[in-house]
Amino acid sequence: MTAVIDPVTSPDAEHAVLTVRGLGVTVRDVALVRDVDLTIGPGERVGLIGESGSGKSMTALGIMGLLPEDVTATGSVRLTGVEHDLIGADERALSRVRGRDVAMVFQEPMTALNPTMRVGDQVAEAMLIHRTEPNRRAAQASAVDRLDRVGLPDPIQAARAYPHQLSGGQQQRVVVAIALANDPALLVCDEPTTALDVTVQALVLDLIVRGVTARNSAMLFITHDLAVVATVCQRVLVMYGGRVVEAGRVDQVFTRPRHRYTQGLIGASDLEVVDSRGRLATIAGSVPAAGSFPVGCVFRNRCNHSTELCKIPPDWTGPDSANGFACHHPAGLSNV
Amino acid sequence: MSSPDDVVVQPNSDRRRGPRLNPSLVVGGVIVMCVVLMALVSFAWTPYDPTRVDATQRLLGSSAKHWFGTDKFGRDVLSQILMGSRTTLFVGLVAVGVAAVIGVPLGILAAMTTRRLGELLMRGNDLLLAFPALLLAIMFGAVYNASTLTAMIAIGIASVPNFARVIRSGALQVMGTEYVLAARSAGRRPFAIGVRHVLPNVSSLIIVQTSVSFAIAVLAEAALSFLGLGTPPPTPSWGRMLLESQEMLYSAPRLAIFPGLAIAVAVLGFNLLGDGLRDRFDPKLEDRR
Repeated sequence: MTAVIDPVTSPDAEHAVLTVRGLGVTVRDVALVRDVDLTIGPGERVGLIGESGSGKSMTALGIMGLLPEDVTATGSVRLTGVEHDLIGADERALSRVRGRDVAMVFQEPMTALNPTMRVGDQVAEAMLIHRTEPNRRAAQASAVDRLDRVGLPDPIQAARAYPHQLSGGQQQRVVVAIALANDPALLVCDEPTTALDVTVQALVLDLIVRGVTARNSAMLFITHDLAVVATVCQRVLVMYGGRVVEAGRVDQVFTRPRHRYTQGLIGASDLEVVDSRGRLATIAGSVPAAGSFPVGCVFRNRCNHSTELCKIPPDWTGPDSANGFACHHPAGLSNV
Repeated sequence: MSSPDDVVVQPNSDRRRGPRLNPSLVVGGVIVMCVVLMALVSFAWTPYDPTRVDATQRLLGSSAKHWFGTDKFGRDVLSQILMGSRTTLFVGLVAVGVAAVIGVPLGILAAMTTRRLGELLMRGNDLLLAFPALLLAIMFGAVYNASTLTAMIAIGIASVPNFARVIRSGALQVMGTEYVLAARSAGRRPFAIGVRHVLPNVSSLIIVQTSVSFAIAVLAEAALSFLGLGTPPPTPSWGRMLLESQEMLYSAPRLAIFPGLAIAVAVLGFNLLGDGLRDRFDPKLEDRR
């Protein structure tokens, strides 16, 4: 029917900024994330999508080494410019990496800033921790400059403000300024615009994309907003039940989804398709609690196409971890 | 929720909090100010030397010369009350200082370390909490002579568990916030997170706890002095004034009433202040900010 679209050649391990192999996240024998493989090259923007509870945030926290105390990560996370594996590294080694080589933007700008510290001090601190600026005075001056570059009106005044004196959008700009303060090789964004107004969302997204493009930084962008992924990212990974169920180029995955879950997600986001009773398309059921996903294909209890075969975990079909899917009855073929 | 993005920064907009002044804060504040004022006045002026014994002026009733009368040694009661407020404040300050200096870091540490170590620290804390403050002070008094200092330190140590417990609960809440996660993701070391992020955000709890502990310390000092284990003579102390008035309770009740009233009002003042401050900095309101 259509010409075969070239798979994106996933960046080879030598040049990759981030290489994740077999990442698993476990809490008290319950696997929250299993066998996640992920490679991001310089300047590449990769989306990670899925419903709430599909393990997106746990994957991000696992990469950052910020998991809560009783949650453990296994596998391997390598970052360019860092000699050691991030999994299993001690807190001291990790704190040297975090903020310098990899930085994070959080979901709730209202709570991601310390309410008792002036905004300028918080930006300055990010640079002082890693000695990007030699002293407090230089860091303060640089902080004003950074706030100016993220488009805060009157940056000198803003640097003296406390977080509660700024609007949500302005706070998120500050968070972005802090994250980009040390020009990290990798920026991890955990639903950075979910808490913002739609009008502000676009501005903040633009800011983030311009920020990483200017630095040629890699970006891992977590969201459940498919439209955001389509505008921001080049590649996308679809997660469900703690596994990557499909991966590929954004246009490819969104126009020709293979995994039935991806197909459901995209179907559910189309607000023009309604059934005979005028209701929007949904995925039946809801995401099970961690640990109660079915054996075999994690999606089979909500899938219209599941068969006995789905009790066996589906293998990954595709040229590499960046392109492919894990489904016994993929869409886009005649229904098996 | 968030206003359009080009809104100009408003540095003077106030934090969302309860009413600025509540009655208990005002009344408590005024009483505490009065006690502080009394202590300050006593440095510059008292009607008479509070320690001067005068056999010719024994057990006088209230008069223009001696407003609160004189005790069995002929000492002026008003002067003693004024001087006694110094002892009260001094004891409170040192005892609460000891409690805060040990209790606050302990509470933050217990919140920031591993869950297991935190629990261990808190169980040890419970052990100390179960130990009566007065008993500890009496033991201290028996081992190192009874003095204001031993009383203060004993009261301070006995107040540590309360501090540690309250601060830990607040610090646990702060440790769960995204800005602590953000600080960690920016590469902040645990010590810096404790000092720069946790401590400022539990400061309202520290203020409230200080005020409440102050009331307890004042009461404990009075009790110890009444038992003869606190401030030794001749330094005036409200508690010891009560002790000395005991044998004349029926003939000269005012000797018990004035110091008793002073203790009651001062304790009430610190408690009201603590309550008022608690309402003002309600930790639950802090979260919604």
